[in-house]
Amino acid sequence: MKPVAFEYCRPDTVEEALELLKEFGSDASIISGGLSLGAMLNMRLVRPKALIDINGIDELGNFDAGDATIRTGTLIRQAGAMAMPALMSGVPLLAKALPHVGHYQTRSRGTLGGSVAHADPSAEIPLTLVTLSGAVTLRSPGGSREVPAREFFQGLLTTDRRADELVTGLTWPIRRGQTGYAFEELAQRHGDFAIAAVAVEATVAGDGTIADVSVGLGGVEDRPFVAATAGFVGKPATEATASDIANTIAEVVDPMVDLQANADYRRQLVRVLGTRTLTAAFDDATGQQEAA
Amino acid sequence: MLRIKPDQKQRVTITVNGKAVSGYAEPRMLLTDFLRHELGLYGTHVGCEHGVCGACTAIIDGAATRSCLRYAVQCDGLDIQTVEGLADPDGTLNTLQKAFNENGALQCGFCTAGILMSSTKFLQENPKPTDDEIRDMLSGHICRCTGYTQIVRAIRQASGQ
Amino acid sequence: MDTPDSWIGARYPRKEDAALLTGNARFIDDLEPVAGIRHVAILRSSHAHARIISIDTSRAEALPGVHGVVTGTDIAGAINPIPSAVRVPIKFFPIAVDKVRYVGEPVAVIAATDRYVAEDAMELIDVEYESLPPVADPVRALEEGASLLHDDVGSNQVHHRTFSYGDPDAAFAQADKVVKLDWRFPRYSSTPMETYGVVANFERQPDRYTIWSNFQGPFILHALMTGALGVQGNRLRLITAPHSGGSFGVKQAMFPYMVLLGACSKLLGCPLKWIEDRLEHLVGSSSAADRADRVEAAFSRDGELLGLRFDNIVNVGAYVRAPEPASVYRMHAASNGCYRVRNIFVENRLVVTNTTPIGLNRGYGGPQFYFALERVMEAGAKELGIDPAEIRRRNFIRPEEFPYDSPAGALYDSGDYEAGLDQALDLAAYDDLKAARDKARAEGKLFGIGMAAGIEPSGSNMAYVTLAQTPEERAKAGGRSGGLGTATVSIDPSGSVTVKTVSTPAGQGHQTVAAQVVADALGLRPDQIDVITEMDTATSAWSLASGNYANRFSSVVVGTIAETAEKVATKIKLIAAENLEVAPEDVELVGGEARVVGVPEKALPIRRVASQTHWHPAGLPDGMEPGLFETTILNPPMLDAPDDQDRVGSAVTFGYVFDLAAVEIDRTTGEIEIVKYVSVHDVGNVLNELVVEGQIYGGFAHGIAGALLEEFVYDAGANPQAGTFADYLCITAPEVPDVTIGHFNTPSPHNTLGAKGMGDGSSMLAPTAIANAAADALGTFDVELPLTLNKTWAKANGQEYSRAGSTRAKVGEGPREAGAVEGGLTGEGSVELSAPPATVWEMLLDPDALAAVVPGCEKLEQAGEDSFTAEVVIGVAGIKGTYSAAIDLKDKIEPRSVRLVGKASGALGFGEGEGRVTLEDIGNGKTKLSYSYRANVGGKVAAVGQRMLGTVTKLLIGQFFRGFDRRLKSGGDGGGNSGGPGFFRRIFGGGS
Repeated sequence: MKPVAFEYCRPDTVEEALELLKEFGSDASIISGGLSLGAMLNMRLVRPKALIDINGIDELGNFDAGDATIRTGTLIRQAGAMAMPALMSGVPLLAKALPHVGHYQTRSRGTLGGSVAHADPSAEIPLTLVTLSGAVTLRSPGGSREVPAREFFQGLLTTDRRADELVTGLTWPIRRGQTGYAFEELAQRHGDFAIAAVAVEATVAGDGTIADVSVGLGGVEDRPFVAATAGFVGKPATEATASDIANTIAEVVDPMVDLQANADYRRQLVRVLGTRTLTAAFDDATGQQEAA
Repeated sequence: MLRIKPDQKQRVTITVNGKAVSGYAEPRMLLTDFLRHELGLYGTHVGCEHGVCGACTAIIDGAATRSCLRYAVQCDGLDIQTVEGLADPDGTLNTLQKAFNENGALQCGFCTAGILMSSTKFLQENPKPTDDEIRDMLSGHICRCTGYTQIVRAIRQASGQ
Repeated sequence: MDTPDSWIGARYPRKEDAALLTGNARFIDDLEPVAGIRHVAILRSSHAHARIISIDTSRAEALPGVHGVVTGTDIAGAINPIPSAVRVPIKFFPIAVDKVRYVGEPVAVIAATDRYVAEDAMELIDVEYESLPPVADPVRALEEGASLLHDDVGSNQVHHRTFSYGDPDAAFAQADKVVKLDWRFPRYSSTPMETYGVVANFERQPDRYTIWSNFQGPFILHALMTGALGVQGNRLRLITAPHSGGSFGVKQAMFPYMVLLGACSKLLGCPLKWIEDRLEHLVGSSSAADRADRVEAAFSRDGELLGLRFDNIVNVGAYVRAPEPASVYRMHAASNGCYRVRNIFVENRLVVTNTTPIGLNRGYGGPQFYFALERVMEAGAKELGIDPAEIRRRNFIRPEEFPYDSPAGALYDSGDYEAGLDQALDLAAYDDLKAARDKARAEGKLFGIGMAAGIEPSGSNMAYVTLAQTPEERAKAGGRSGGLGTATVSIDPSGSVTVKTVSTPAGQGHQTVAAQVVADALGLRPDQIDVITEMDTATSAWSLASGNYANRFSSVVVGTIAETAEKVATKIKLIAAENLEVAPEDVELVGGEARVVGVPEKALPIRRVASQTHWHPAGLPDGMEPGLFETTILNPPMLDAPDDQDRVGSAVTFGYVFDLAAVEIDRTTGEIEIVKYVSVHDVGNVLNELVVEGQIYGGFAHGIAGALLEEFVYDAGANPQAGTFADYLCITAPEVPDVTIGHFNTPSPHNTLGAKGMGDGSSMLAPTAIANAAADALGTFDVELPLTLNKTWAKANGQEYSRAGSTRAKVGEGPREAGAVEGGLTGEGSVELSAPPATVWEMLLDPDALAAVVPGCEKLEQAGEDSFTAEVVIGVAGIKGTYSAAIDLKDKIEPRSVRLVGKASGALGFGEGEGRVTLEDIGNGKTKLSYSYRANVGGKVAAVGQRMLGTVTKLLIGQFFRGFDRRLKSGGDGGGNSGGPGFFRRIFGGGS
């Protein structure tokens, strides 16, 4: 189980990385943490001409907190993110999601940006970014563009990134008042990819009704996505509504089938985890209100 | 910018357990193969080569992580701690190693090096972990012999609890 | 630690550990025992069943760094087939010769300067296959018209025998209640963390093979290897590495690779090293047998077990690899389990299928046997309204009945099964647990209690395998019996002690226990005694049974060591007695000295006495042989050949395990919480508490894993689905529940130290205890392992579970969910196209148009009137592969329908399938195109990327029709594709 021969390139700057992408195009693989890519390389499923190691690009490790958003550079490690108080308190949903990502020994190396670029359908970080309406920053020789996360993920391991682009950072909206968050997933084993994961951001109005709700699903279809829930705005933020929302979503999803779960079971998890997370997010939001 | 051709052998120098050592590696050479067959550090074991079993875990640049998912050329200039560096030079076992011995936390010992390296770093970051936290950390390792119970006990004992 | 009265039984930390904890222990991949080694990669079949038309190795051989390539034809010309205990015309070579019969079967061996180059060369070997229908399921393989694996056998049934003990028919006729269970048992394995490893070197003058490995033999398999290699025994020297990274029986199955590498070393003229990688191990090594069986139990009204009938169908995989069919015979002589039942009928059928051959795995045959017996006991209890603990109690063999002569011949050494049951009920607070169950059920929860009791045969009689032959066949073949133990204890001229056991452990602490035993005998400390456990057939005292399996260390080998140490002690006492001028019986060995009993100051250091045997033989007592080098070869006397009634004393000691589980099942998610697990063990006299405890915890984890997680799944095309550690779900720390362990001991009279074998433990019983508890919770005995989330949820909600589930088609919205289902990859759907049927028809049959719209199509050519060939690149996120495809059009009805039959193959795997396309005019110049397909996808993509195949197929079809429609709209030059999807799903979590 050894990789094919490849050229190893270690650029020091984003510009150098972009030059390499221009040179190799889709024949290059970009490695950050390498937790998924390394396995695929060793199995020879990925057979690049060049491996572009971006770990030497200092600016990709940047962290910028603004008023409404926090920007994390691609190379921020998952464990590193968990140790950043500003990020964890500013983006509570990420704080709830990260402990579910892989294992202690993979979070130490795996990056936020790498997980997003890899676009596994059940990965937690893409799901969180989608649920929060975050964005992905991409750089190419032509300049920089920011793509809403909800448009970035296009399918199984497939994103809006073009072959000449590098994911340079992620943009996370900072928590708003009266907004609650919850994240839950179920896997056959601790730390495995979720059979289904549900992330919720919910804002509850002063009168106890739903002002805004975003329900993200991971592991259910071929990409993380946010379910349609607009019809429930204005309904009471209760467990009964949570269950209604989850049941409604479960009816419209078109779940994947794999070795671990069939479509019926994934739908069921959407119901169960959806109800739990929505209820928890409503409670969290209400708690915020009371604290305020 | 560093570029190494596919068939080019590059000199790679790493600091292993406090000592700078060098060897040669083509870009595709796994760090595990480099440590074992180039540097002769056979204590790091290979269990799956796809990042799941944890046997090859080493502390690389301060992070306990899979060495089968790293390429040797990526590690030039880095500091790596492996199982060979845990005991005193005279062979006296450290607290964690002793706890493994006293609690029967290893049987065939093949996965043990990785678990020791994870636990070493883990206890530095979380000196008084709960059993659930220990099990969560251990979920990144597969041990087929022990059923894990005695490993949890050993790590707890090593943490002075 | 301080010196105890006896080292045996002490909680003595293991001697092995220091080397393992410091990285100093050496395993097979850490050794380069001979210069000039080349490294091997093995090309394996991606097909489950196919004829090999041709193998072209020229491109591989031309690659710089490649030393040579060996194929099945070369091997078949160089060695004999490996012999089998089953007398059927199967030629079992360690590599496929003219046909491949399972995915993962070796097809070619490549030797190169390193493994990297060897793998490069592997991809340059061109194999042309002709597919044959595969069969993975043992019941289907027995059906009329099933595809035959071995034509010369004429059937897929390769062994059939029936056995009757007592009068089973009468027992069933007089029963008040007959309980019957049909059951399936899954395929799983203990997947040791260290894979197989072999270094083979063939030398001339004399012709001799030396093979270093992490094998756990030599066992009887040495004889099979010499038979295959065509050499006498002393020309095959087997040497094991000092340490082995786990086995659980699995490493027995590496012996064909030892033959293969030996033969290749001879053919290529250099030493070879092969270290199996994890992907090879998961598809191509070995596993426990999956079974499709029936059990019936006859009970009296008050719960007396009157008779048992076992109807066993064993899926042995593609070949009957030795020591099979032992897996179904290991428990045979003890078919009564813990019970007094005397009337037993057994029918055994072995079936070959297109799956990896089975072999030893922890508990060997035990998990399957107890899944029948202990579930039918529980079912009987339920049917008769008797508490499951009580029904067992009523049927247990009683303490005063030991030694107990079981109906099929096993001689149980000692036991008190009821005491174990009582201890378990006590530890579990059984009455409280039942009250908790009542309460939970009243609250609408799914709560269940289950138990299982079992004996653990240890120290096997090799002859039990010959039950596969009829008494007449056995008589003709000559007697077979035994399970020899060997040990050597020596003291060298410096006075230091070395023990050699040839016990080839893989983590069981043999060095420590052997040192404890010898320390007691010689009055030394264990740390003063060195133990060598590896074998070298050229220099060790070994015999046919030597090795590590069937818990034979504590049941047989330890007794052998004790007797050997006693011989050495006796000699030391004789010499010391003469020097001290006392009688030998007045000398004791204590604290490193030979002392006169009661006169501690009258003593000689043992070291000095021992060294005298080397330095001053003339000063020894008259007639004494110089030196201190004692070897014992011991055969437990109860291990005789089977008699003409097919009764055999199958093992030396019979330990006992009683497990009790309580579970709560979450009806909404299928999660199983193990609320309570109690496991009580009788291991005879405990030799080392720490080691015993470790074995119990380890066996328990394997049992839980089999109950809840681990399975080698095959699809209907016999493609293995669990090809990575992300798909084969080894149990990890958070999934192992707490277990309360109880002990009691009935010393075995069958060995010197009263110890019993105990390595299997709960690995045999936990699957059944959990299944019984789950059945109790779910209110049905129809439960199948592993109890995964999805399966358990379906069961809890009264649904039939299928891997595909009930997918819902969304008409007109493209392909319906294409799941990787039992029947292969299937799907159907429809699209609306912007042209009338005639135009659509024309484009469907136009190579240029198709080339433009087939995703990733590089080249598409018309090969015949209704056939096309194509080169297609399929890829996503860098996972790209080039596939050569051939498509035939059949049953054309212009412009209404056509059937497409095709196949494709490439580096990442192959696919074959067929589809039907129908066109319907829906007016406005539009066509509704409906399609359905069924495909079989194999090779690497199936084994490691199975989870995504359905999704990817769906995406590909979607892309195809989008391109097709664009082209129709644009009048011919739209189309193309956008890189698109690929074949693979995630390997690993979250980060990249």
